[in-house]
Order: sequence, then C-alpha cells, then structure tokens
Amino acid sequence: MITLTILYIFLIIAVVFNGLGVIGLHRFPDVYTRLHAATKCTTFGTIFMTFAVIVYSGYRYYWNPTQDQYLNMALHTIAALVAILVTNPTGAHAIARAAHRIGIKPKFAVVDDLEDKEAK
Amino acid sequence: MKKFKAFISTFLFALFVYLFMTLAAGQSMIEGSILWSIEELIFGISIALIVGAVASNILCRSDNYRMLNPVRWIIMLVYMVPLFIEMVKANLDVAYRVITGKIEPGIVKIDPDLKTDLGVTFLANSITLTPGTLTVDVDEEKSELYIHWIKVGDDPTESISGRFVPWIRRFAE
Repeated sequence: MITLTILYIFLIIAVVFNGLGVIGLHRFPDVYTRLHAATKCTTFGTIFMTFAVIVYSGYRYYWNPTQDQYLNMALHTIAALVAILVTNPTGAHAIARAAHRIGIKPKFAVVDDLEDKEAK
Repeated sequence: MKKFKAFISTFLFALFVYLFMTLAAGQSMIEGSILWSIEELIFGISIALIVGAVASNILCRSDNYRMLNPVRWIIMLVYMVPLFIEMVKANLDVAYRVITGKIEPGIVKIDPDLKTDLGVTFLANSITLTPGTLTVDVDEEKSELYIHWIKVGDDPTESISGRFVPWIRRFAE
C-alpha cells in the first residue's frame, strides 16, 4: 500500500514536470530558454519515472525472490538512469553551442560575456 | 607496462559493466541464486578482453590513474545527493518561471578554477543538469565556462558553481 502511494507520487511528479517542460517550450522566447524548459524539466520528470520503475521492481523482487527478472529490470533501469544523466546535459550543451556558433543571440539578454569575448 | 595497466583497467571496467547488466538474467551457477552461469562468465570475459584491447588507449588517455582509487568512486556516488538537492530546488524555481514567464536571461562567465579535464567535464555536466543554468561554451585553456543563466543575479561563479566545486575537487582532482 505504501509502495503504491510512493509510486503514484513519483509518477505524478514525473508527469507534472514533463508537462511543465512542454508548457515552457511554448512560452519561452528563444532557443536557449526553450532548452532550459525542454531538457531540464523533462530530465527531472524522467528521473522520477525511472525511480518509480526501480521502486516497483524492487518491491516485486523483495516479496518474491524467485522472480529475479524484476531485479534485472531494476538494474537495467539504473543503467538507463546513468545514461540519461550523462547524455542529456551533453545534448543540451551541443545544441546551445551550435546555436551560439551560428550567431543566434539570446533574446532579452541582460549580459552576454561570450559575445564580448568573441568580439575581442 | 603502461599499456598493460591501461588494458587491465579498461578490461575490469568493461567486465564490471557486463556483469552488472546481466546480473539476475537467465540461468545461474547455483540453482535459485542471482549469480551468473559459467557460459555467461566466459562470454563476458571474452567481450571485455576485446573491449580492453580496442578501447584502452581511448579510455585511459592520460597517464594519471587516480580514478582507480575506489574512494573517489564512493565520493562520486555521495556527490549525487547534493546534486539532486540542487536539482530539486532549481526545478521548482524554473517551474515558477515557466508559469509566470518572469525571466531575465544572459550568458555569464564563471571561473571555477578546476585543473583537470574530468573535473571541468563533471562541473559542466552538473551545471547543465541543474535547471536554470546551461553550459554554452568552454574555454579549454583557462577552464572557464560560459553559462546561459535564466535569471541573472550577482556573483555568478559563487551562486552557480559554489556548491559543486568543493565536491568535484574531492574526487576528480
């Protein structure tokens, strides 16, 4: 029962943050701020989704150790979590760097140190 | 000798990843346990030998083997806790900005004063993983980072990287 409640809480957090990512994608003005919404909020939501999978499969394995496919699922989800944590920032950084290289200026920016450096 | 050390480290790492992924999958040596079968172990070792031969000069590019120390790996795992707390705080902040639309973006320069490539990579990844801050460019000579910040405030170096740098120094430097 408690496990089920924890699962629902994790899944609700995941859906809320993924939804916020979508809203932010439509609200924000330029590529950089959209990247914030589209990659960060969704990363957070996806992390909680993987937590939910880990909790569920760990719970199933704990009560029935003969079903070791659940342990395997939990371990694979941990591997997927590591992959998300490594690749998501790398992808966001690659998009932002490419955008700045081809000359897209951040809109409404109050300060742009990188452009000052390139101007020198 | 140097090549052999690189090969052994890569081999052990690949073998660890293989055994981790196949733990509790399929048949096992002892009936009912979660360990691997003999065939699986042989296959894993041969795959890890191939990976070690092919990838050792890519994985161990520098001659510094400080990351073989298991204490550093444990600190790296502990570091996930403060990182996660920062992520929760920053996520709530960005969620607020998504709803209200109050943003004040800008690209700021921070100087975290880290020496090693691994440290800078870890810091850049942590910063990008934290919502509200996004690494746009890296000055590789001076190890300075250019961060797109969704709400520009005072003292960027301290308020963006201040909580990460002491942790990263502990395991990556």
